[in-house]
Amino acid sequence: MSVASSAAATSGSAEKPVLARFGSALASRLVIIVPYVWLAFFFLIPFVIVFKISLSQTAIAIPPYAPVLGFGDGVAGFVEALKELSFDNYVWLTQDPLYFNAYVSSVVIAAISTVLTLLVGYPIAYGMARAPAALRPTLLMLVILPFWTSFLIRVYAWIGILKPEGLLNQFLMGVGIISEPLIILNTYAAVFIGIVYSYLPFMILPLYSSLEKMDYSLIEAAKDLGCPPTAAFWKITFPLSLPGVIAGCLLVFIPAVGEFVIPDLLGGSQTLMIGKTLWNEFFANRDWPVSSAVAVILLLILIVPIVFFQQAQARAQEQGR
Amino acid sequence: MASLGSIRRDFEPWNDPNAKPYIRFENVTKRFGDFTAVNNLSLTVFEREFFALLGASGCGKSTLLRMLAGFEEPTEGRILLDGQDLRGIPPYRRPVNMMFQSYALFPHMSVEKNIAFGLKQEGMPKADIEKRVAEMLKLVKLERFAKRKPHQLSGGQRQRVALARSVAKRPKVLLLDEPLGALDKKLREETQFELMDLQQNLGLTFVVVTHDQEEAMTMADRIAILDKGEVMQVATPTEVYEAPSSRFVAGFVGNVNMFEGNVASRDATTARITGASGAEIVVDNVGEAGAGADVAFAIRPEKIKVSSKRPAEAVNALEGEVYDIAYLGDMTVYHVKLDDGQVVRASVLNAARMADDPLTWNDRAWISFRPDAGIVLAR
Repeated sequence: MSVASSAAATSGSAEKPVLARFGSALASRLVIIVPYVWLAFFFLIPFVIVFKISLSQTAIAIPPYAPVLGFGDGVAGFVEALKELSFDNYVWLTQDPLYFNAYVSSVVIAAISTVLTLLVGYPIAYGMARAPAALRPTLLMLVILPFWTSFLIRVYAWIGILKPEGLLNQFLMGVGIISEPLIILNTYAAVFIGIVYSYLPFMILPLYSSLEKMDYSLIEAAKDLGCPPTAAFWKITFPLSLPGVIAGCLLVFIPAVGEFVIPDLLGGSQTLMIGKTLWNEFFANRDWPVSSAVAVILLLILIVPIVFFQQAQARAQEQGR
Repeated sequence: MASLGSIRRDFEPWNDPNAKPYIRFENVTKRFGDFTAVNNLSLTVFEREFFALLGASGCGKSTLLRMLAGFEEPTEGRILLDGQDLRGIPPYRRPVNMMFQSYALFPHMSVEKNIAFGLKQEGMPKADIEKRVAEMLKLVKLERFAKRKPHQLSGGQRQRVALARSVAKRPKVLLLDEPLGALDKKLREETQFELMDLQQNLGLTFVVVTHDQEEAMTMADRIAILDKGEVMQVATPTEVYEAPSSRFVAGFVGNVNMFEGNVASRDATTARITGASGAEIVVDNVGEAGAGADVAFAIRPEKIKVSSKRPAEAVNALEGEVYDIAYLGDMTVYHVKLDDGQVVRASVLNAARMADDPLTWNDRAWISFRPDAGIVLAR
C-alpha cells in the first residue's frame, strides 16, 4: 500500500501539468531571445545599414550617398535601386596604398601595445593575486578607479605630462638626468604610452581573475618536486594563467586596432592608424561610402581574433576550468 | 617472502638504545604572529618507520609537516634529517616529498607528465624517466590512464596519481598530509592497506598527518598525539589505546569511561578507589598514585560487561539502569545510568545472533569489569 502510494507521488512530481510545462518552456525561450533581439537591433541592423552605404556612391545630397533604398517607388523602384549597388569602394581601398598601410600600421601598433600592456599588467595582476586576501578588494578598486574620470580627460592629461615643457621633462631636467627635453608627444612612443595606460585595466582584470583562483599548493608541489621558484613560475603559474593572458590580450588588441582618440591626441599628424583614416573620410571628406567600406573591412579583420578568442574560451571550458 | 605482519612485528627501533633517529625535531617552536602553532616540541622518527601525527585541527600537526617539507621555517629549535640540519634549505633541495591534502596535481599536465615532473627537475635521462613513470603507473594500477588529465579522473584515481608523483623520486622521507581525507569510507579502508604495502615495498620512511584516529591506528608503527602544538604521547597504537598517558589521550583515541575517585588504599599493584558517591572499585595498574591521591580510572567500553544480575565472580560490579541502546550491527552499545548518576558506555559484540541475556530500556542492569581492564590516570 505504502509502496504504491509513494510510486504514484513520484510519477506525479515528474509529470507536471501540460500547461505549466508549456509556460516554463516559453519563459526559458524568452530569456534566450532577449540577447538576440538586443544584438539584432543594436548590432545586426546598424551593420547592414553601414554595409549598404559601403556599396553606394557618394552624392551631393542629404544623406550624402546614392541610391537611398526605400519603397517610395514601389517594389520595382526598390529592386532598381538595389541594382545600382556595387563593390567599387572596396576596389578603391585596394588601389590606394594609404588604406593598406593604415590597416597594417594599426595592427602593428595594436600588437606592440598589447605586448607592452601584458608586460606591465602581468606583474601587477600577479602581485594583486598574491596580496593578503583582505587587501585584494582595495587593490581591485584602485585598478578600476581611473574609469571614474572621462577617458578623454585622462588622455588630455597625458599631453600635459608628455609635452616638451610638460611634467615629465620638467622632472627629468630638474633631477638632472637630461639637459634637453625629450620629444615624446606626437611620436609613436606617446601612442604606446597612451594605449598601455588606457587599456591596462582590461589586461589586469582577466589576468587577476585567472591568477587569483589558482591553487597556491600547486606552486608548493612544484617546489617540493625540486623546481626552483622561477622555473615553477614558467612551468605552472604561466601556463595556468594562459586563458587570462589570451582574454586580456584580445580585450586590449581589438579596441586598440580601431583606436582613434589616442593616436589623434598623442600621436600627432604623422601617425597612421585606421581609426584616424576613417574619421577623416567621414568628417573631412564627407565620403560616407568609402568610410563605411573601411569600417566593414576593419570589422572583418577584428572578427578573426574574436573567433580565436571564443574557441580558446570553449576549449578552456571543456577542460573544466 | 615474509608476511607484512611478521616484518612489522619485529620492527621497533624506538626500543633499541643504539638505533639512530632518522628525523629529529629538537625543541621546535613555530609562531605565526602571536599564535604559537608548535610549542617547544621534540620528536624522533626512525628510518623506514610509518609515523603518524594525530590531532584535532589546529593542533600544529600540519605545521610540523610543512616545516619538514621546507614551506615553513621553525621560529626556534632545529630539525635534523639523517644528521643534517635542514635550516635554510629550500623545499626544492630537500630529499623529502610531500603528498598534498588537495593532491595539487598540475591540471594542465597528463597523469604521466605529473609523475615525471620531479624526475625531469632532477635531470634524469629521458629513457630512465619513461621507465620510472611506467613503474609508478603500474604500482598504483593506473597504466590505462597515463594520457588522461587530472580532471578526467575519479577522486580515488587522483589520490593514486598524487601518491605516485610523490614517491617517483624515491625521497628519503614521504610526507602525507591527510592522504585519505577526501576519499569515501570504503575506499579509505582499502587504501590504508595499499599505503602500508607501498611503504613496506619501497622501504621508505612515511610521516602522515591525520585527524582520523582509526586511520592512524591501522597504518602507523607509532603515533604522536598532538594538542595545542605539544606532544601528548608518542607510542605504538596498542600502547596509545591500552595505556594512554593522560586523560586527554584516553579521551582523544577511542571512547572511554572515566571513574573519578580517590585512592583509599594501595599495595604494590592494586588499589581501592572510592568514588564521590561511596562506590568502591578495585583496580590494578595504579602507576605512581599513592594513597589519598585524586585519580581517574579510565576504561574502554568494550571491556565492560553488562548483565541483568550481578555476576557471581566479579570483583567490580556497579548497579544501574539501561538508559539507551544503540544497535550498530556488529555490536550493541549500552548506556547504563549508574545509581550515582554517572552514565557508563559499554559495548557488547553481537557474536551470537540472539543475546542470551536480553536487556531493554529501563531494565535494572549490572556493569562489571576486571581490575586490570583499565588504567589509572592522575587528575
